[in-house]
Amino acid sequence: MPDIHTSAEDEHESAYSGLLVNDAHWAFGTDFEDPLAGVDTTIPDGVDAATLATYALMLGDDSLVMSHRIGEWTSNAPDLEDDIALSNIALDLLGQARLLLARAAKADDAVVPTLPEGSPAPPEDALAYFREAPDFRNVRLAELVNGDFAEATVRVLLFSVWRLAVFERLRESRDHVLSAVAAKGVKELAYHRDYAARWFVTLAQGTDESRRRLITAYDALWPLWPELFDTHPVEAAAAEAGVGVDPATVREAAETVLDQVLAAADVERSEAPRRSGVLGRTGRDGMHGEPLSRMLAEMQSVARAHPRGQW
Amino acid sequence: MSNLSAEGGHGAVPLEGVPTGQGVPAPEPEWPLYEVFVRGKRGLNHVHVGSLHAADDRMALLHARDVYTRRNEGVSIWVVRADAITASSPDEKDPMFAPSGDKVYRHPTFYDIPDNVPHM
Repeated sequence: MPDIHTSAEDEHESAYSGLLVNDAHWAFGTDFEDPLAGVDTTIPDGVDAATLATYALMLGDDSLVMSHRIGEWTSNAPDLEDDIALSNIALDLLGQARLLLARAAKADDAVVPTLPEGSPAPPEDALAYFREAPDFRNVRLAELVNGDFAEATVRVLLFSVWRLAVFERLRESRDHVLSAVAAKGVKELAYHRDYAARWFVTLAQGTDESRRRLITAYDALWPLWPELFDTHPVEAAAAEAGVGVDPATVREAAETVLDQVLAAADVERSEAPRRSGVLGRTGRDGMHGEPLSRMLAEMQSVARAHPRGQW
Repeated sequence: MSNLSAEGGHGAVPLEGVPTGQGVPAPEPEWPLYEVFVRGKRGLNHVHVGSLHAADDRMALLHARDVYTRRNEGVSIWVVRADAITASSPDEKDPMFAPSGDKVYRHPTFYDIPDNVPHM
């Protein structure tokens, strides 16, 4: 009797077959090498190193702090599926943070805190775990204490609409690292925006209670939206040098997108006034609320207790 | 006088003109179940990889992306509500499948397949 071909071991039978054949690009374990390996890290002509480093810190701190807040949803989301979705978003942002903080350190190591002799922590970890709150340059939207799921939805929506608009332009940066981070980040942020926009519309068009919660969250976060488009002197200088994006120039594009989501959700643009800074200073100047200090205390405690620890 | 209800534990009360919330469907306690099919990078067809719960079709697609393609598995996803699938029952396994077990002539293995015909 002839051999009958069965497809039991056919590679086409499983979406997962062949997955680990070429696994050099996966980071197994925690013994990370240089995250910028293979990327041209020379500072473009005419660009001030300190400006580039501080600009990278701003973008990196936005994603680091936002990542931590979204990460706090892990095991707490309304459903397993959203738990995983939010964890994915947090991990995407953490990846962006790692590259951006590494870029800041490489451009100007004066921004990196000094660690005890013998500490194996790479520069991006030193920046994440050994700076105080006033050294963080993130926008205040990222650092707020988490609310309910509607609040997470609105926060991810506002953050990703804004950041995507910035990153779309940042792809043209003269700095090879920033342009590479932006090119990768655009795809991630487009997904975050889609996910959050979908939930925004779903909650707004759901039950009376879900709509009430969504609009409450939207009104509560809206006062921090204008701050996203303020032009800090460092951002102005980075834009002038062709390595950064002046956020004021993407406001119209971002609000066009946001208006489409609001229209689909049948939600009116909020009238809530912007939240002022303290003596004119906001997150980009290192002026933060108490929630960031508390968040950092928790996030940094283990690294600070064991500065020579091997992980 | 049929418009009476004992619901809510207050004894049978008339409902005429009283806002009781009855007739408003309660929210579903759980999202519907979806089955997920992923086509791998090198795969030719979509393969069932598992199931998940989602609020609607589009959300099911987003969840499937998050739950089942985290490690770069797929290039295409199908989702379908599990209650839209008609499945054969294990009880009818023999009448369904046993008769084809000895019909070797149904396999095209008595032909010589040219080397340049792929995917056979």
